[in-house]
Amino acid sequence: MTLIDLANPTRFLSLTAKILPWLAAATAILLAIGLYQSAMAPDDYQQGATVKIMFIHVPNAWLSMFVWGVMSLSALGTLVWRHPLADVSAKAAAPIGAAFTFLALVTGSLWGRPMWGTYWEWDARLTSVLILFLMYLGLIALWRAVEDPSRAARAAAVLTLVGAINIPIIKFSVDWWNTLHQPASVLRMGGSTLDKAFLIPLLVMAVAFSLLFITLHLAAMRNEILRRRVRALQMQQASQPRA
Amino acid sequence: MGRAAMRLTGSQLRCVRGGREIFAGLDFTADAGEPLAVVGANGAGKTSLLRLIAGLIAPAGGSVTFAGGEDDLSPAEQAHYLGHRDALKSALSVMENLTFWRAALGGEATDLDAALNAVGLDHIAQLPAAYLSAGQRRRLSIARLLAVKRPIWLLDEPTSSLDANGQAMMADLMRAHLSRGGVIVAATHLPLGIAARELRIGERVS
Amino acid sequence: MTALLALLRRDIQVALRVGGGALIGVLFFLIVVVLMPFAVGPDLALLKKLGPAILWLGALLASLLTLDRLFAADHDDGSLDLLTMSRTPLELICLTKAIAHWLVAGLPLIVATPILGLLLNLDGDATVAVALTLLAGTPALTFTGMIGAALAVALRRGGLLLAVLVLPLSIPVLIFGVAASNAAVLEPAGFGAPLSILCALSLAGLVIGPLAAAASLRHGLD
Repeated sequence: MTLIDLANPTRFLSLTAKILPWLAAATAILLAIGLYQSAMAPDDYQQGATVKIMFIHVPNAWLSMFVWGVMSLSALGTLVWRHPLADVSAKAAAPIGAAFTFLALVTGSLWGRPMWGTYWEWDARLTSVLILFLMYLGLIALWRAVEDPSRAARAAAVLTLVGAINIPIIKFSVDWWNTLHQPASVLRMGGSTLDKAFLIPLLVMAVAFSLLFITLHLAAMRNEILRRRVRALQMQQASQPRA
Repeated sequence: MGRAAMRLTGSQLRCVRGGREIFAGLDFTADAGEPLAVVGANGAGKTSLLRLIAGLIAPAGGSVTFAGGEDDLSPAEQAHYLGHRDALKSALSVMENLTFWRAALGGEATDLDAALNAVGLDHIAQLPAAYLSAGQRRRLSIARLLAVKRPIWLLDEPTSSLDANGQAMMADLMRAHLSRGGVIVAATHLPLGIAARELRIGERVS
Repeated sequence: MTALLALLRRDIQVALRVGGGALIGVLFFLIVVVLMPFAVGPDLALLKKLGPAILWLGALLASLLTLDRLFAADHDDGSLDLLTMSRTPLELICLTKAIAHWLVAGLPLIVATPILGLLLNLDGDATVAVALTLLAGTPALTFTGMIGAALAVALRRGGLLLAVLVLPLSIPVLIFGVAASNAAVLEPAGFGAPLSILCALSLAGLVIGPLAAAASLRHGLD
């Protein structure tokens, strides 16, 4: 048997080997700048120093949804264009997305603690993020449950796309459910009225975290490609007659 | 019929399952009137080839085309597939099973009593399929090939679990199908009972 | 069309003849509801308040469990192979199977609701309202669950993994189902909006479910 469809991934490996160190360096520098600026940002007149959790929370929350978007694109790549790297990308993104979502949950809970007096409140935003986290975990479980990656890839792609359609519906339902049961969320961003002193560090952190995701994603894709090569080689070895 | 003779062609077929390449660069043609017997060792990909023609496995490369049939239907939609699993519901009677498949498959329908008669099950048409033996279930599956007319028959070990009598019956049915201008591709390592052109697969150059 | 009608008839016949598949779903529903007073205490006022939630959770779990084998049985006996080779689009076949399943497994739940409402101290109007929400909402559960059932075939896995994958997707149905039922019990004015959304969810599921199920089946047969 031959090693399957490696022409394209091989090019991917050599390309990313060149890019990754630069990406990692850029991520580190931007993160350092962003963290410094966040630390230097003034305290909020209402929330005090706890407002600085926002600089970590918001980028994570943004990435938790962005990563699902990346996975949905990869899912289309698997189902429609049948690109050999698509399911590698989808599989590699899921645990990273789950990690960002988890961080968004934890920082959101820490942020809410001084205001709610509890670590968990069935707040609309946090509840939606929790459901998103559960969906990430389900997807990872699916990838792990099936030995053959191409079979798992199709199923995961269908589920990712169904999830992409469903996430806005879930978000809407949870918001609606929340207004039914309690007053609106305390975790409220000022939006465009946010002061410049907050906005700039926030943007820097958002870019830094996005770069972090790209770096981690490319590295994880490399690992996944290598893992599949090992699997292919082992299968080749198994099918060879005894010497 | 007024049509060109039917011909089923596969070119440069490649089949990958579970990351393992089963076969590659496989060419075959099956002409109307002459059965094609796919032979090869266990695991050579006989069943995979049939399922690929039936559209149940997507080929990793190459294509299957069918000339002389209906142009707006895929080869799979003009084919019967007789696999290891018999697609029978034990809760339904013999006749109900057959009636369902005649309606579900779509195609030129024929007389079901005649089909059951041809496979020798007409006397138990009203019994639940649960009471059938392995050989009788096989015969009922074969009756499905007769219940709806489709030009291509894809047969996976068609004579398995049939007794000598049943094998002769199957040979007769295949001959009748071929004489009507049908195409047969059969995977087998038993003699088919009729003269056939052989397609040997799985002989690797190592 | 004849093909789909034949499939509908076959699936219903098989479900009714094999050990009362429909009956087991209803029995499960009944047991879940009977368990609740043991968990929360036999306080009738509390049960009346929780009643719609209990009925909806029961219906959700019952439909999830009975859907597990929607496609697996046809896959195991080879029927699914032949159905994909028929001249009917696989999406319509999936839709038909889901409708057949809802008729034999979903509809009995709704018929059983009045009896269960009695146990939970719901009055006549409230019971009718809950039954109405179930009528509007259980199709959405079936169409969501059928995606899981199709994945079960593609993955050769069933049971818990599917529950984990499918249950988050049914949260909207649960939210609006319980909200509409509660509205009916407490303040009839708020009943219309969630009920319409429930219908919308069922209609959306009617489109998305068969598409997704067919997509995963098409790739999962080999």
